[in-house]
Amino acid sequence: MSLIEVRELSKVYRLGDIEVNALMDVSTTIAKGEFVAIMGPSGSGKSTFMNVLGCLDQPTGGQYLLEGIDVGKLNRDELAGIRNKKIGFVFQGFNLLSRTSAMENVEIPLLYDGHHARQRRERAMAALKSVGLEGREHHHPNQLSGGQQQRVAIARALVNDAPIILADEPTGNLDTKTSVEIMELFVKLNTESSITIILVTHEPDIATYSRRQIKFLDGRIVSDEMTGNA
Amino acid sequence: MINLPSTFRISLRALRVNKMRSALTMLGIIIGVGAVIAMLAVGTGASRKIAEQIASMGSNLLIILPGSTTSGGVRMGAGTQPTLTLNDAEEIQKESSAVAEVAPVLNGVAQIVYGHQNWSTGVTGTTPGMLEVRDWPLASGRPFTQQDVKSATKVCLLGQTVVDNLFGSMDPLGQIIRIKKIPFTVIGVLATKGQSAQGQDQDDTIYVPVTTAQKKLFGTSFPGMVRTIMVKAKSAEDLGPAEKQINELLRQRHHIGPKQDNDFTVRNLTQIMQTAEQSTKVMTLLLGAIASVSLLVGGIGIMNIMLVSVTERTREIGIRMAVGAKTWDIRLQFIIEALTLSLIGGIIGIIIGVSGSKILSSLAGWATIVSPLSVFMAFGFSGLVGIFFGFYPAYKASNLNPIDALRFE
Repeated sequence: MSLIEVRELSKVYRLGDIEVNALMDVSTTIAKGEFVAIMGPSGSGKSTFMNVLGCLDQPTGGQYLLEGIDVGKLNRDELAGIRNKKIGFVFQGFNLLSRTSAMENVEIPLLYDGHHARQRRERAMAALKSVGLEGREHHHPNQLSGGQQQRVAIARALVNDAPIILADEPTGNLDTKTSVEIMELFVKLNTESSITIILVTHEPDIATYSRRQIKFLDGRIVSDEMTGNA
Repeated sequence: MINLPSTFRISLRALRVNKMRSALTMLGIIIGVGAVIAMLAVGTGASRKIAEQIASMGSNLLIILPGSTTSGGVRMGAGTQPTLTLNDAEEIQKESSAVAEVAPVLNGVAQIVYGHQNWSTGVTGTTPGMLEVRDWPLASGRPFTQQDVKSATKVCLLGQTVVDNLFGSMDPLGQIIRIKKIPFTVIGVLATKGQSAQGQDQDDTIYVPVTTAQKKLFGTSFPGMVRTIMVKAKSAEDLGPAEKQINELLRQRHHIGPKQDNDFTVRNLTQIMQTAEQSTKVMTLLLGAIASVSLLVGGIGIMNIMLVSVTERTREIGIRMAVGAKTWDIRLQFIIEALTLSLIGGIIGIIIGVSGSKILSSLAGWATIVSPLSVFMAFGFSGLVGIFFGFYPAYKASNLNPIDALRFE
């Protein structure tokens, strides 16, 4: 069984009287442990695909099976539960809570999963350590560099042992050197912890870290090939 | 699963981060709760005081005053014409079926001497019925009897203030005091009664048999004359019939023709006091209602701030949703924030309301009573305000679309 299986997925937005087909008959599978880059120009549907995969949005047609569960049949709260346990998000803009320490930011997913305070602290600590941020757990986001903030976000994605990390332009706000560090961290997590990583990017340089590239254009998959890393 | 302690911490942290805003929002509730408690305390105090005065005056009470005199075209006030007599009182007692007890009154001010102490006070000549009319028990000794009235014996009952002034801590029973230089034996002491509705010390008084007062103390040129007659009706329902019976009886006894005015006035004191009590109750309600409006306004203030807060924290809500916060996690976070604001505001409001009413009673001399019920209600009400006005913003927050919320700038 694949980790992720989508069948003839479609998503139609209504913008006033105009219908926008953001996704049309997208079918693919992603196995556990893959490192996939999703590419395409803006408006190609890659972000919509990402939102559907991340259970932030529901498709209007087709099927999305996550570990065999038909996500399309789940309600708001069940989707929230899936996001909490199965998916870690890393965003372009980091999306950390300001005025909240790195530690507390990493703890947030555990808050909604009923962990005790001590358990939360231990796991957050471990997650921060694994992204190389020990000693900075009490710093607030505005006291951290962009790369460090993105590491906090990655720690937050890791903390609940989610099998999937969805990274949406994770290096978009970072300089080249820091981007390389962050991408190497993803590669390490993928190879050492066999976490499935799905990366949305429009930069070919960044996509080369992946082992598989799926290209979108006008809501369809136009190519799906393994890269040299595979 | 909802993690209450953590949700609570998140909410408190948000309030701490915006200290100034939280304090100002609370201010609305503080003023509202404080006003409700203080206003109810003033109102309750006023009506309690009136109720006490009614009780101390004696219940179901009518007072008969003599008519007014006209002197050279100038009409004098009620009571200036000596038209009531002891016989009138006795007849009312005998004839009026709605009347329980009658007490004629002939009073005046006299200097009292005991040993080397002296004191000036009101001396009331009356009958044994007085104690029942005024619901006034004796603290010690015995009341005077019909026999004392018949034979005009020189005995007296003292109010507590008189005892304090003449005897100090001594037992006055059996002692001889001089009223207008005439020796009277103290046979009883009246129980303490406190202030009247007009603020007079009711305990500063002496009761003597009415006949003794007529013959020895306040003798006038009208034999048998009394100043007023106090009447106790059998029940509150009998007050009306008693008034009517007394009117008919006295008109007949005083030979007043059908077209002539009464030469006396019957006043229903209990009714007057009850009207006053009613109106203070209405006033209490009114004050409470006005104060509740400020509580309501405080609640709307909370909703206002919470709505701003939800908009301001849209991204935060989006992040929380993305990492797994469910509908009720988000709702509770905002409801707890609103509830915390209103409950802390409520507690401070109670403190201010209670101390405010204490200050009012010491500064303005108003009797204020803070009833536990009003405190409890104000607190409960502020909690309800928090939940009620917190729910809509919380509901709005929980219904955000996570994607839109994450993109919100």
